[in-house]
Amino acid sequence: MNSLILRTVVPLLVSIMLVFSIFVLLRGHSLPGGGFIGGLIAASSLALYMIASGSQAVRKALVLHPMSIGGLGLLFAVFSGVPSYFSDVPYLTGLWYEPEFFHISLIATPVLFDLGVYLVVVGSITAIALALEEWH
Amino acid sequence: MIAIAVLSGFVLAVFAPFVHRLTKPLSGWVLAALPAAIFFYFVQMMPQIAHGETVRAAWDWVPSFGVTLSFYVDGLSLIFALLISGIGAFIVAYAGGYLKGHKDHGRFMGFILAFMGSMLGLVLADNLITLFVFWELTSITSFLLIGFNHDKPRSRRAAIQALVVTGGGGLALLGGLLLLGVAGGSFELSELLASGSIAENPYYLPIFLLVLAGAFTKSAQVPFHFWLPNAMEAPTPVSAYLHSATMVKAGVYLLARMNPILGGTDIWELVLPVFGGITLLTGTLLGLRQTDVKQILAYTTVASLGLLVMLIGIGTDVAITAAVLYLISHALFKGGLFMVAGSIDHSTGTRETVRLSGLGKVMPLTALAGLLAGLSMMGIWPFFGFIAKEVIYEATLHHDPRMWITAVAIIGNSLMLAAAALVGLRPFFGKLLQTPKEPHEGSPSLWLGALTLGVLGVVFGMMSHFSGEYLVAPMASAIGGRDIHTALHLWPEVSLPLALSGVTIFLGFIWFWQIDHLRSLLYAATQRLWGPDHGSDQFLAALVRVSKNLTGLLQTGRLNFYITFTLTMLALTLGIPVIAYGLLPTSIVLPDVALHIYGVFGLTVVGALALLFARSRLQAILSMGVTGFSVALIFLIFGAPDLAFTQFMVETLSVVIIALVLLRLPVDTYDRRDFLPSLRDAGLAISIGVAFTSIMMAIGAEPLDLTLTEYFAANSYLEAHGRNIVNVILVDFRALDTLGEIAVVLVAGLAALALIKVRDGILTSPDANRVTREDEA
Repeated sequence: MNSLILRTVVPLLVSIMLVFSIFVLLRGHSLPGGGFIGGLIAASSLALYMIASGSQAVRKALVLHPMSIGGLGLLFAVFSGVPSYFSDVPYLTGLWYEPEFFHISLIATPVLFDLGVYLVVVGSITAIALALEEWH
Repeated sequence: MIAIAVLSGFVLAVFAPFVHRLTKPLSGWVLAALPAAIFFYFVQMMPQIAHGETVRAAWDWVPSFGVTLSFYVDGLSLIFALLISGIGAFIVAYAGGYLKGHKDHGRFMGFILAFMGSMLGLVLADNLITLFVFWELTSITSFLLIGFNHDKPRSRRAAIQALVVTGGGGLALLGGLLLLGVAGGSFELSELLASGSIAENPYYLPIFLLVLAGAFTKSAQVPFHFWLPNAMEAPTPVSAYLHSATMVKAGVYLLARMNPILGGTDIWELVLPVFGGITLLTGTLLGLRQTDVKQILAYTTVASLGLLVMLIGIGTDVAITAAVLYLISHALFKGGLFMVAGSIDHSTGTRETVRLSGLGKVMPLTALAGLLAGLSMMGIWPFFGFIAKEVIYEATLHHDPRMWITAVAIIGNSLMLAAAALVGLRPFFGKLLQTPKEPHEGSPSLWLGALTLGVLGVVFGMMSHFSGEYLVAPMASAIGGRDIHTALHLWPEVSLPLALSGVTIFLGFIWFWQIDHLRSLLYAATQRLWGPDHGSDQFLAALVRVSKNLTGLLQTGRLNFYITFTLTMLALTLGIPVIAYGLLPTSIVLPDVALHIYGVFGLTVVGALALLFARSRLQAILSMGVTGFSVALIFLIFGAPDLAFTQFMVETLSVVIIALVLLRLPVDTYDRRDFLPSLRDAGLAISIGVAFTSIMMAIGAEPLDLTLTEYFAANSYLEAHGRNIVNVILVDFRALDTLGEIAVVLVAGLAALALIKVRDGILTSPDANRVTREDEA
């Protein structure tokens, strides 16, 4: 879509949305939000970017193939269960290593797990959107 | 230690290709060091076990289901372990020479070591589940080994056939073992053996039949015998190892193991001897029909397994001793003869008996090995096979005054003698014939194993006192579940069994003398017969046809059909309870909320109506978006911010993605449906809507059960450091579910990507399908 207004506003909007998506991801444990919603916000920001500047720009910005990002997310989620093995509790039991600050505890396995959810959602949706956009 | 002995085979199997590459010309000998070490480990256990002790080792495996990884060594499992590791060492060395230069040589070594580990685990397992797991592993590794030359359709067919037959039997066995564990009160064989027979249990008959199905398929009893000769498509080391000495004996092992628990009943003593006897005759007769050395050996293996099943079924002390004697001597001579057959094939390029003659001069050591093994198989004095045959006749004579079983044994043994002479003796005497390759003696790896096994056949016979005390008595006692002592005599007494041996040898030589007549006679008799081998092909073909038709019926490749089908199912699942329980609302009560909320409700209706009257597809999508956003607003107003949030994002993205699809799909901008399809779709939509609404209203009329909500509200911060219970449930309490869901999201993404990328119907073209089907057939 070739629109000057859109192309001017979108980079600003996209960066704000991406930061917001990470904010939503991190606050999710105690306040409305979480990996799934954060992932959806990030995916829609990327979709917006794609509509404004084309699919190649998005691919360049992402560096990795979106499906690899999704795969990485699944890997994070799977590995977030591994520390519980060493603590002798069932797989994927949440473990916290630091007291929280600002309502957010960053060093914890559920945070890694939620990040995994986030990346899977971003990766899968963006991959489909990009593939559709490039379809002739 | 036992666990290391069992599991090290799998570990080395993983590294076998690397080891092979590093030590190329000698890799067979290097890799054979492991089986040899395992063999000596078990050898040093022999005195202990011979004194009647047993060894058990156990580790927790799946504690929540009470599954242990446990191993149990007694006379029966020890002798099997010795055969598996001892013959295994020679086979690995043999494979090193036999497959020299094959492109997948290293992979083969890995497979065969993995098989050895599976087989050791199977015979040493104490826990029934452990036993089953290793039982299945032998099926899988043998599938890989039979299909090793996977570029040949015949190999693939044989491998699939063996897998289907033994795998089907394995399923039955699993049922039998689970029932046995419940009925016997323990999943440990050692405890089951200690508590004795379960013949009085009401589950006895199903357990017996299911275990029998497992044993008969694995040990190739009629009518499941057909897969074994076909499995000769495998390279000869596989035939020598799996299809003579070890895997096919797994069924015999199982019956021997179960004898104290399931044996001694009328049905046991009827079914086993009858099927064993039929298998013995079928195997020998079909074997003599063949001219290919390996085929003859395969059919005589079927026959020998029948003989063993027959003897275990008789179940007397003498019969069990006979079974043990024959099992050990069979493993020695049949393993040896297979290796000899492979060496002959390797050196001459043919396995046809009619073209093999006079090889003794050019291959003296192979000839000696063949001679020793052949004579033992024929049951000539002073070989181990001779003692075995004497005891077999003693057993059958004692058991059965009417001589039925004895007669079957005599005919079977004499036919087997002719086969042994055909394979073990005839290729080496007489005049040298022209063969495809210039015959020559192979490298030591090709004759050493066969020769050693052949020599052992004499040594065990000569030292009958030693073999009786250390090999036969412990194993027979373990099978019988009682102390069995039988003195073995190398020097036969003048008695009926000796006379029957004489008859057997006499008959055998007549068959051998008239072999060409016998063969053409048998060939003519069986040529037009329908057999289970053909039957299994028909079964598989029918299975493929049925599934193809079923797939064609359900997978039309039309999105329209899929969606209609799914929604019809949804309408039925929702609608049937509504009608059955009379949930249709009788009156509509308007909720008492503020006016602006009615405005939001109105928006959802407006969106739905706009969708109904939309002229273009784009308009329809946008109308749907209006409804979606209004629903999200309702969520927000009624205190479900997470849900509202998600709904907003999902709506946005759906509109974007559907718009992208519509912009590119070659569909009309306007939806033109005929009247009937419109009616059908409308009916579907209305019934789902009505049913859904009715159910929601019925649920709303009940008082809300807040137990879970309260639990999560109380515990989410204490246990999971989070106050947002939706998120805490997702990432902590139910994290495994979420893990499954994101995996689904990713796979769905991949599938969508594949669908988008594959244009021009590459995947759906019927031609592409046809090629793969033929390839599989």
